[in-house]
Amino acid sequence: MVFENIAQVISDRTDTPVEEITLESKIKDLGIDSLDSVELLLELEDRLGHEFDIDRKVETVSDLVALVEEQMKQ
Amino acid sequence: MLNGKTAVVTGGSRGIGAAVARKLASKGADIAIVYSSDDNAAMTVCEEIKKDFSVNCRTYRCDVSDFEEAKKTVTAIKNNFGSIYILVNNAGITRDGLCAMMSEEDFSRVIDVNLVGAFNMIRHCIAGFIRQRGGRIINISSVSGIMGNAGQANYSASKAGLIGLTKSIARELAPRGVTCNAIAPGFILTDMTKDMAQQDEIKARIPLGSIGSAEDVACAAAFLVEASYVTGEVLRVDGGLAM
Repeated sequence: MVFENIAQVISDRTDTPVEEITLESKIKDLGIDSLDSVELLLELEDRLGHEFDIDRKVETVSDLVALVEEQMKQ
Repeated sequence: MLNGKTAVVTGGSRGIGAAVARKLASKGADIAIVYSSDDNAAMTVCEEIKKDFSVNCRTYRCDVSDFEEAKKTVTAIKNNFGSIYILVNNAGITRDGLCAMMSEEDFSRVIDVNLVGAFNMIRHCIAGFIRQRGGRIINISSVSGIMGNAGQANYSASKAGLIGLTKSIARELAPRGVTCNAIAPGFILTDMTKDMAQQDEIKARIPLGSIGSAEDVACAAAFLVEASYVTGEVLRVDGGLAM
């Protein structure tokens, strides 16, 4: 569910077809710079109703999913 | 005018911070005064602001050098005011002494309050600024951070650090419409400097020939809040001292 949300937000922001976004996709390769990734997380906050903090380097979609899942448990 | 916008002023209970808070309130901004210890001074400034300018004003006691405490304070301000549009990082201390005799503690404490404190506040406000695609950050640096000053290795380093912080944040947030600037006051008459000896000697070094007031700095802050096309700038308010 987290992955689907993240993939949709990335797709909306970058016009990348959602089916092309995988856990292994590199955030940078999807056309998202580091500041964009902060915005992406803010958009996820609105979607998921939870506050997130980028407290580590996020390179892949998988990293982002892990961060979100971990912080949603807290 | 700044009606409906909230300004957070750290070190806002006296001196330059209080003057900046009053100036922004006079332009219609609601004010969150962040202060470290003097409850009475903060309350007095707050009550005066509410009475004189009919804006919302609240006080928050916080040691800005503490990351978690700064986070709680920013969260409380957002809960009370809705959002933050202006952040003025003014909280600062001095622990002067020649470097040869300066303790590690005195060096670190000044860096922690003056520089790390500003980082902490920016760090916790930044998501809001990005989200709303706008905001103003003003860091109160010092001419000591530009010129250096004997007996102030810690203070000068913290204030020079603020200039680097300002320019980096300005670059990071420019694409989101957020400006970040620094003000570098020279000799300003405040509680922190009023007992300074050799005031005549100091005046002789200032091209404009007088010591500045907190109001002079407040005017510069008000300008930077309104100046949407100025970012990464260090605005000296020093009577020409550091030119």
